[in-house]
Amino acid sequence: MIAELGSFALILALAFAAAQTGLSAFARARRSSVLAAAGEGAALASFAGVAIAFACLIHAFVTSDFSVANVAQNSHTEKPMLYKVAGAWGSHEGSILLWCFILTGYGAAAATLGRGLPQGLKALMVSVQGALGTVFLAYTVFASNPLLRLASPPVEGHSLNPLLQDPALAIHPPFLYSGYVGMSVVFSLAVAALIEGRVDAAWARWVRPWALAAWSFLTVGITLGAFWAYYELGWGGWWFWDPVENASFMPWLIATALLHSAIVTEKRGALAGWTLFLALGAFTFSMLGAFLVRSGVLTSVHAFAVDPKRGVLLLIILGVTAGSAFSLFAWRAPKLSPGGVFAPISRESALVLNNILLAAATATVLLGTLYPLIRQAATGEAISVGPPYFNLTFAPLMAALAILLPAGPLLAWKRGDLRGVGQRLWVAALAAFGCGLLTYAFVSPKKALGALGVTIGAWLVLGAVAEVIERTRAFRVSPADSWRRLTGLPRGAWGMTLAHLGLGVFVLGACVELGWKGEAAEALPLGGSVNVAGYHLVLETVGPVDGPNFDAEQASIRITREGQPVCIAEPNRRFYPAGNQTVSGIAICYRGASHLYVVLGERRETTPDAQGRGGTPVWLVRAYWNPWASLIFLGPVIMALGGLTSLSDRRMRLGVARPRKDRRGDQPA
Amino acid sequence: MRLRTLAAMFAGVLCIAAAADPADRLADPAQEARARAIFADVRCLVCQNESIDDSEAELAGDLRKVVREQVKAGRSDAEIKRFLTDRYGEFVLMTPAFSLGNLALWGGPFLVVVLGAGLLLGRLRNRPGEVELSAEDTERVKRLSESDPA
Repeated sequence: MIAELGSFALILALAFAAAQTGLSAFARARRSSVLAAAGEGAALASFAGVAIAFACLIHAFVTSDFSVANVAQNSHTEKPMLYKVAGAWGSHEGSILLWCFILTGYGAAAATLGRGLPQGLKALMVSVQGALGTVFLAYTVFASNPLLRLASPPVEGHSLNPLLQDPALAIHPPFLYSGYVGMSVVFSLAVAALIEGRVDAAWARWVRPWALAAWSFLTVGITLGAFWAYYELGWGGWWFWDPVENASFMPWLIATALLHSAIVTEKRGALAGWTLFLALGAFTFSMLGAFLVRSGVLTSVHAFAVDPKRGVLLLIILGVTAGSAFSLFAWRAPKLSPGGVFAPISRESALVLNNILLAAATATVLLGTLYPLIRQAATGEAISVGPPYFNLTFAPLMAALAILLPAGPLLAWKRGDLRGVGQRLWVAALAAFGCGLLTYAFVSPKKALGALGVTIGAWLVLGAVAEVIERTRAFRVSPADSWRRLTGLPRGAWGMTLAHLGLGVFVLGACVELGWKGEAAEALPLGGSVNVAGYHLVLETVGPVDGPNFDAEQASIRITREGQPVCIAEPNRRFYPAGNQTVSGIAICYRGASHLYVVLGERRETTPDAQGRGGTPVWLVRAYWNPWASLIFLGPVIMALGGLTSLSDRRMRLGVARPRKDRRGDQPA
Repeated sequence: MRLRTLAAMFAGVLCIAAAADPADRLADPAQEARARAIFADVRCLVCQNESIDDSEAELAGDLRKVVREQVKAGRSDAEIKRFLTDRYGEFVLMTPAFSLGNLALWGGPFLVVVLGAGLLLGRLRNRPGEVELSAEDTERVKRLSESDPA
């Protein structure tokens, strides 16, 4: 009964989304505030419908109602409650429903929160958002309904892939989707602006909070995913340049570019066309990601919910939505005003440079992901594009971006002064260079690239500090005056500083981890030991452990350094009878920001020697020393915090001064 | 359902250990390090986008054996990679070749940078220069700013 109620609510939601599209578009055509209000009401109703459907699906999972096909395929009575709930979005159908839930949620939020927007623009935005909702809800209802019943329900479910049975499943997809789908509001605003034919500073300011929120969610979502892969896959790695990772990274890169170009449009009225292009691009890449991940056209270590047949439908949705939006762009964008002029050395130029490098970086990720497909289709030859390609293309582009970054915020609008920037940054540059030199001189083994990475990371961190010093005039005015300036800094400024600082922290972590990671693996008998990076690991005991829905073998490994106890690592190997799968549960010993990462491998018997000795059990133990690995995950969290800080700036809640009536129709210069 | 077959595959192959397995290691640490570096660039052909350095599949184990034997026999990295591509095609290497067929792949990002830089330069060149004021205009500006009531 409850599943049917959910299906019914889902169909109602589809009808409301369609009504939202029509009513709001009509409201714009007729300039009717009554119709506009009706469209907004439909947006709320559509969200309510999907929320009910989603609640019904979670109910079916929680109560293990195996007459619902999706539950039978992805759940099990013995599965812990957390994974029963999170399992609701662990499958294709469920994850698309989560997508729709967030999409209509953003639609409802945009309809309620967008009070400051001009009526016409707002009605169009709500209409476009409704159209997106209609498309995805139609897909859910007709091709991917998670609430369908089975004619003969099984007694027990198939359970969820053990690799997905992790607390991260509860939080990673909601964050990631909030990021992906948040770009839909930006997309709708861009389409609305193109139809209205007017893009100005006010528009850029309205886009900003949505782009910031989506970007922050996406940053956290990707980081959670990387951390999840780091401790789940048991290789000690955190980023594999895998198609699924790339699919989430492309919208992030585009959204990052958008956040920067929108500043130029907001402050100087320039780059309007490019900002629109990025606004359309961010959600297009989100949809491309949804297609790539679910269609199975690319092989991935993180493949889940793959279904080629429905992949075609997703491709059609992508083609129609993005195709019509970019056609509209090609038609209307040339009429937009070019906006204010600027000198070669200026904040505008710096932000354009940022955008060029981010666009090129997106191109590397896109080409690296899709080129094997293109080449296969064109010539029939299969090639692989693996991590080495990205290291050779993406890394230098990002290095160039990072080297230029600290100068950007110190340049003035319109016409900057390079010498002034040099005066403010030489201390930071010298210190960063010193960090690199010291690293090269004193850290063994000597790694030139690692030391270069440390230099760049330190440069970013110190550059962010130099930026705050500049803003507060520290060391040039009295400390009290500086303090007053510091507390008076707008949240937007803090947000930017935090985001840039977070990037620096990430670069430091990533370069140190990649440069100086250590690895050791041995087959150990009880009492046997292995050394990695100065740590001494002794396998003390191995015993059975009963999990809620798995049986495990758990080791106790005592770790010491120079005779001093450090910690006890307890990695395990879990066997899940429901899916007949074995998964290793790694153990991490945190040493400051560094990780000692321990994996318990299979159990073997040593071959007896001629005297018949041996035949004792040994366990394959792998240990990785991942120096500064915490910074890799901490850096993006700081970046996302920067995004949220910026979002809380009161500027976001204030409108831009409207141009006077007599200037209506022109774009501010 | 693909996921389940994959899962079954995983269960089947987990008894074979990955690249770090001490039992297969070469005696000479320098040779072993070279072999490991090559592993990272060789794709496990039956896996879901993994190198043979990461994979625990049986075929990955076989390929590791081949590579280790060749390293031990003193073959160069290039020779070993050529041996692999002759056998399995370009697909087996994680690094795409610098070939004409991959021109768009390697050149694409570079093209974006050049195109972007070109657009920026065009924009900067087309900006109306600082207009040189005539003596008469300067005089007018001066007069206007002086007569400003504020």
